[in-house]
Amino acid sequence: MNAREAILAKIKSQVKDGGDDTQRRAAVANRLSSAPKGVIPERGQVTAKKRADLFCQKAEAVQSTVKRVTSYTEISAAISDYLRQKNLPQKIRLGEDERFDAIDWSATPNLTRDVGPTDGSDPVGVSHAHGGVAETGTLLMTSGAANPTTLNFLPENHIIVVKAKDIEGNYEAALARIRDDHGKGRMPRTVNMITGPSRSGDIEQKILLGAHGPRSLHVIVVDG
Amino acid sequence: MKITTPEFKSNAVEALANENLQKAMGHVQSGFIEKRQIVADGLPEFEALRDNAREIKNHTLAHLDLYLEAYSEKVEESGGHVHWAQTAEDARNIVLNICRKADAKTVTKGKSMISEEIGINDFLEEKGIAPIETDLGEYIIQLRGEAPSHIIAPAVHVLKEQVEEDFRAEHTHLSEKRNLEEPESLLDEARTVLRQKFIDADVGITGANFLVAETGTSVIVTNEGNGDLTQTLPKVHIVLASIEKITPTLEDVSQILRVLARSATGQEMSVYTTFSTGPRREQDVDGPEEYHVILLDNGRTNMIGTEFQEMLRCIRCGACMNHCPVYHAVGGHAYGWVYPGPMGAVLTPSLEGVEKGGNLPNASTFCGRCESVCPMRIPLPKMMRHWREREFERGLNPATQRWGLKFWAWFAKRPTLYAFGARLAMRFMAIMAGKNGKLRSLPLAAGWTKYRDMPAPEGSTFQQQWRSRGGSTQ
Repeated sequence: MNAREAILAKIKSQVKDGGDDTQRRAAVANRLSSAPKGVIPERGQVTAKKRADLFCQKAEAVQSTVKRVTSYTEISAAISDYLRQKNLPQKIRLGEDERFDAIDWSATPNLTRDVGPTDGSDPVGVSHAHGGVAETGTLLMTSGAANPTTLNFLPENHIIVVKAKDIEGNYEAALARIRDDHGKGRMPRTVNMITGPSRSGDIEQKILLGAHGPRSLHVIVVDG
Repeated sequence: MKITTPEFKSNAVEALANENLQKAMGHVQSGFIEKRQIVADGLPEFEALRDNAREIKNHTLAHLDLYLEAYSEKVEESGGHVHWAQTAEDARNIVLNICRKADAKTVTKGKSMISEEIGINDFLEEKGIAPIETDLGEYIIQLRGEAPSHIIAPAVHVLKEQVEEDFRAEHTHLSEKRNLEEPESLLDEARTVLRQKFIDADVGITGANFLVAETGTSVIVTNEGNGDLTQTLPKVHIVLASIEKITPTLEDVSQILRVLARSATGQEMSVYTTFSTGPRREQDVDGPEEYHVILLDNGRTNMIGTEFQEMLRCIRCGACMNHCPVYHAVGGHAYGWVYPGPMGAVLTPSLEGVEKGGNLPNASTFCGRCESVCPMRIPLPKMMRHWREREFERGLNPATQRWGLKFWAWFAKRPTLYAFGARLAMRFMAIMAGKNGKLRSLPLAAGWTKYRDMPAPEGSTFQQQWRSRGGSTQ
């Protein structure tokens, strides 16, 4: 008997009612297919209209900074302004996400762009979120050439663009959107839920920002 | 790692006399408890979520074999490999084989308690592969050659001055004159030193907070981002996880996430919650080329179907130790193995045997705070009591204790004699104590009276008071 069989057989012999599998198998199949939702906090059931507001409030509470714009055409100026305020070079790296094509880059001729995954030498990464979660100001990032995962972690400063209409109230709804895109039981290679800039409390329990991931997280919410 | 749990008593005495440790442990009492209370109070559904989290895990454990089958099928479907390990030794060898195949020189590590449980660092070093801890707390204790003293804050016993000393001793390529007084500068230095190691590593090892049966996904929950760099940059990603990490669906994970960070660090949500499914896909431009999951049993299947099964609901948040007066007093190292505090007092005898771990369930005042804050509602005091009973049954506790208990039991079964004896002892103690009502020493209780006086009983016995208030005496 190999290790897999031994472990599974041991569990089966120890669990109560392990003898007849029919009912147990039905219970498992049922839970996996129906995926019951459980307890959704009231704050996670916020109406579509108020979701972006709660999201911004919660994001700022965990030291993210937030800028709201009304269309993609305003994004390049928003990025350029942010870099200027933080005394950062007018230089960003981003993925191949088609949604970035709607950005009017000609409005900021001094802002240079590199495309593709980062090797760690880029000070600023820009990514597009798959969605957001209002209840905790959380962003969901999916891996791929459109938004390489390395951009979420290596640059010291991370700017994330999210559409207001992609912000859901709760985690369950945000993950269900990924399930809708990829099919039941399938996931992108990586989904990063990000809630604020990186931090550590490992030295005398004092929380400090900028551990191994980005020191700053700036979120641009596109309303409309 | 060598288990020193049988020496708990002498470990505790040393810990109480250790000034640095006592100073550092003050941060636990002041930090964690208040933060947890604030976020728990801030979510009206918190208690209902705890109930549901308990139900999710109870259901999962009752069907664990079937969920493990479903999970492993999904991992293989996404191009990952599943390895099954019955013992710590099996798990170590599986890790080594994967590292050798990848021709690995260095391995970066995200925080993983399973990696501590199987002692992977020492093992890899012996085999000529350098393991590098990347979580700040784990990095600090690796430099110090210590084990973690807390399951989520491994260096909670270390003061910042000690970290400075360790960094100066290790990072000799940096200027001796640099200022490292503030925690900020220590964090910056660790960030810079470790950044290159992330990029150079051949294999990355992480733990898992959840394994999702529905999708074949492993989930890590972190704040620093080190776990993500560990699993994204090297060619090979190894996930070390024990079998009870299985959670049926993404919805079930979402439910437990809401109680995890709140109970652990007092955050509403940790900074990074990362879902990983298989290796790099065709359209990906980064990520690992190989994805392995090692499923460890190491004694857990023995707990299923027993009075200790509920312990397998544990999600390793650390709330029980953050609220434990014994843990506050002695710190994590005194417990002598990987898991300290109340959860360690139940888990250590379960995994390592009551012969080695029997001291720990006795290191409790049964105040019940651990159970009252456990997000998974694990009845920790009840299970410690079960272990005390087992210890007694097997005759493992000292002869004086056994005789004392037998002596007491003999009396307790004879109510008239017991009442008479109690009255007599009370009067005797009151006389001995004299005017100030305190006894400076007591026969057979020198260990207690050495550090404090025993107040003499006043008034009448409990039974007398019970009767005089009209209590039933059947």
